[in-house]
Amino acid sequence: MRPISYSRVSDVSTAIGTVAADPGSAFLAGGTTQVDLLRIYVEQPRRLVDINDLPLKQVEELPGGGLRLGGLARMSDVAEHPTVRQRYPMVSESLLLGASPQLRHMASVAGNLMQRVRCTYFRDTEAACNKRAPGTGCSAMDGVNRGHAVLGTSDCCIATHPSDLGVALMALDAVVRTEGPAGQRSIPIDDFYLLPGTTPEREHPLTHGELVTGIDLPPLPVAARSRYIKIRDRESYEFALVAVAIAMSVVDGRIAEIRLALGGLATKPWRARAAERVLDGAPATADSFTRAAEAELAGAVPHGMNAFKIELGKRTIVRALTETAQREESA
Amino acid sequence: MSPAIGATLNRVDGRFKVRGESRYSAEIQLTNLTHAVVVNAKVASGRITSIDTGEAERAAGVLAVLTHRNLGRIATVPRLLPSLAGLAAPGQSFFPMQDETVHYSGQPIAIVVADTIERADHAGTLIRVEYETGPATTLLDQGRDRAYVPKRIFGGLLPGQGSRGDVGKALAEAEVCVEATYRFAPNHHNPIEPSASTAVWDDVDRLTIYDSTQGPNSVQLTVAELLGLPPISIRVVSHAVGGSFGSKAMVWHHPTLAALAARHVGRPVRLALTREQMFTSCGHREEQEQRITIGARADGRITALRHHKISLTSPFDDWAEPSLQSAAVAYTNPNYEGIYHLVRGNTITPTFMRAPGEATGMFALECAMDELAERIGIDPLELRMRNVSDTDPESGKPWSSSGLRECYQRAAELFGWHDRDPRPGSRREGQWLVGTGMASSLYPVTQPVNPQRAKARLYNDGTAVIEAGVSEFGTGVFTAMTQVAADALGLAPERVRFVGGSSDLPNITAAVGSAGTSAVGSAVHVTACELRDQLIRRAVGDDHSPLRGADPARVEVRDGKMVLSDRPDVGETYADLLHRTMTPDVEVLGTWNPPPQDAEYGIHTFGAQMAEVVVDADLGVVRVRRMVGVFAPGRVLNRKLAHSQLMGGMLWGLGQALLEATRMDPRLGRWANSSLGDYLVPVNADAPDVVVDTVELRDEAVNPVGIKGVGEIGVVGAAAAIANAVHHATGRRMYELPITLEKLL
Repeated sequence: MRPISYSRVSDVSTAIGTVAADPGSAFLAGGTTQVDLLRIYVEQPRRLVDINDLPLKQVEELPGGGLRLGGLARMSDVAEHPTVRQRYPMVSESLLLGASPQLRHMASVAGNLMQRVRCTYFRDTEAACNKRAPGTGCSAMDGVNRGHAVLGTSDCCIATHPSDLGVALMALDAVVRTEGPAGQRSIPIDDFYLLPGTTPEREHPLTHGELVTGIDLPPLPVAARSRYIKIRDRESYEFALVAVAIAMSVVDGRIAEIRLALGGLATKPWRARAAERVLDGAPATADSFTRAAEAELAGAVPHGMNAFKIELGKRTIVRALTETAQREESA
Repeated sequence: MSPAIGATLNRVDGRFKVRGESRYSAEIQLTNLTHAVVVNAKVASGRITSIDTGEAERAAGVLAVLTHRNLGRIATVPRLLPSLAGLAAPGQSFFPMQDETVHYSGQPIAIVVADTIERADHAGTLIRVEYETGPATTLLDQGRDRAYVPKRIFGGLLPGQGSRGDVGKALAEAEVCVEATYRFAPNHHNPIEPSASTAVWDDVDRLTIYDSTQGPNSVQLTVAELLGLPPISIRVVSHAVGGSFGSKAMVWHHPTLAALAARHVGRPVRLALTREQMFTSCGHREEQEQRITIGARADGRITALRHHKISLTSPFDDWAEPSLQSAAVAYTNPNYEGIYHLVRGNTITPTFMRAPGEATGMFALECAMDELAERIGIDPLELRMRNVSDTDPESGKPWSSSGLRECYQRAAELFGWHDRDPRPGSRREGQWLVGTGMASSLYPVTQPVNPQRAKARLYNDGTAVIEAGVSEFGTGVFTAMTQVAADALGLAPERVRFVGGSSDLPNITAAVGSAGTSAVGSAVHVTACELRDQLIRRAVGDDHSPLRGADPARVEVRDGKMVLSDRPDVGETYADLLHRTMTPDVEVLGTWNPPPQDAEYGIHTFGAQMAEVVVDADLGVVRVRRMVGVFAPGRVLNRKLAHSQLMGGMLWGLGQALLEATRMDPRLGRWANSSLGDYLVPVNADAPDVVVDTVELRDEAVNPVGIKGVGEIGVVGAAAAIANAVHHATGRRMYELPITLEKLL
């Protein structure tokens, strides 16, 4: 491990000021991914500013029925929070299906959004990787890429975004609140994640020293019956091959409202807008579901070992829609 | 007093483990301790053209940087010999850092020693290495055209091919033939404790190594040969070992490297491998393919078996795990041909991994048997029953014991096998297709070739210490030995302490091949019996003893008291005898001489496995719902420990079936998933309802205690039962492990 300096701060402005003043510094929250990456020299900050004492751990009601998750709220606390479970079950489920209990006790929700990819070549400092070392190439393109993305990829990067929580937030149109040297901002979740394009090293529109202080969940009645479905090789402690966050209401056999986002398939938590367009107002039938799945994956690009994800993605979307429609009918 | 053997005694070391008090080899605290980090080659083949260590040497806290230029030469070029032989047991016929050649990715090329682990690790990244890279073979498919049939495999223990009868003719005449090819991903052991060695020199010829190993004596003899020192110069201590599964069965490079580094810096050195290094430093189960052809009569009687394997080995050794040996004797079968083919590749020599050979070879056989049953239209269990052999098909000798039929029957009862509708895809519950499958389990009973020794000392308070040089790597052997000694001495287990884990103790061969407990158990039994008999002889020869003049054969010991068998009111305790005769203690060194390998019996362990799986009809996800394993492992020393071993083995089989695969990137020549986040093993959530049972067997031919071993047979057949259940659920045959969901989409 490279020598680093470490300090612990207790207020937001000191945290921001300390990190902003030193280009070689980084915030340290739960550290569950960051410390791993430090140990394998993928991330090389010289200074860590520990923000775990900042007053950003609360989950609070917003006027109008929304909810604000403090950036430092632990995954386990948010997952078990009664209001989250009641109003946004997909958020709770996405958290509980991620990581392990030990990690969820450590990891913050802001850190979860900011987590780095699991691509083996990103983590292998000897391998070419445009995300870790821009311009060196992408080893995953023709490599061991069974877990890699088929949506939102570019010629530079096909690494899958690993967050489950981010997928649920994408379906909900959550807003990420930040504070930095230039003040406070609210960033719609879809804009918070950048596609790799030609700059895969740039994952978020944040400036150095800008801190995620919270996540706002909008009021959304349909979310109270939302779900998060995760398909993976083993039953626990494993990233998604395909995940679906879904909230849907069916009125008189037609889809009145649909929110669909995908995990495990794309370079960012993926809002399935093409599928939503097919489904919006359509009859809640197998035919609609299949057409929606086909539409969403129409632009998918396989890279060898991960080709199966296209078919698996379609079938999982259909499964999620079918099961949710059945629930809506019986509700 | 009820016998200790067979009882469910809790682990004698359990309390220390759960309190975190057990001292593993990377936790030994020593004055002036330093930390070594191994730097590994990042190419699979080639030559180091330059290695710049300047910056590393100047880094804070660094004491030394060692490369092939300054490590010093080893005394003897090692020759791979399995640790079962009881001699020096290097894991491969190669020692690194002797010249600039790179044979495989992960090969050690430098060692950094520093005052802290972090500083050593960081300095390692400052070493600049340039290579002239050469062509590399890291996948079987890259070298098929260069395959050869080795004279011997498995470290020279087994021939490269074998046959009986006329398999060509028998296959041509067979009424039914099944032919199939099975592919197996490479697998790694992944014990929870990565290997570690802490080396300290007390003088130029006095070295102590704290090492995580299955055999302290193997480490002592191997390091002695490599360093050119007599064994008396080296002491190996293994207080606690956090699992092995074969990764610590052979002696790999790290204990010797730690010793060399410690000698160089003149301070104790701790060298702990990282998780990533565990993928390139301790062998693995090799990538392989097996082609199997079964010929049978229309009634299912097997007439011929042809079984070929091709696998990747290292540049140094003709290593193949012996996948053909149990399949060759599993059933009555007069015509047989088994041939190993090897391809030399750029890899460390593969090694033993739990159920080495059987885990893959019996998968191939038992999946092909399932196909044969389907072809003929009989129940898979009935097919096996029709082919049970009462003799060893290879030697024609009777089995020393079998119990296979009883295992089948008991498993079928516990599982409810007979209610099964044989038609594939016949059961569906919502999205889930439900299937059941079965397989036979076989594992050879391996005997050590050299005498096994133990020491027993009884104190005059009636407590006893038993010592033998075996290490406790999670099997529970210290507990089981406490029970064996307690019964032989006629003492309660709490009055007996077993001490192991050091090469200073009486010689025991490394605990490998499911033979660890039987080897040390036999030695402990023989030794404790000898001590008891000596005490009885003293008593009957002592004029002041109530037992004076009695026939020693008619004296037994109950709870520390020697009594006449037919008059238990007449006798005295060990303590009374020793106090009266002013004897502080009595000690014996005992030896068990294993039977010759060409005994009059065929010796094998048998069992039966059944599994129920569900397969998501649309998404291909496979989950195992329940498993039943019934085994006939001879004498069970401790029901709880044996149950844990067998269940653990079955869950290993589940991992092999559904999850475990080390993936090679042939462009880089290195593994692409060397972490526990990327190499998936089952977690608790994957573990189904597992029922384990044993069939009672008395086997006096195998060893004095009647043990056949439980460490590995639980793995054998589990993956085949699951694959056969997947076929039953879906109608699809699985020819490649692991069975990941894309194969079922």
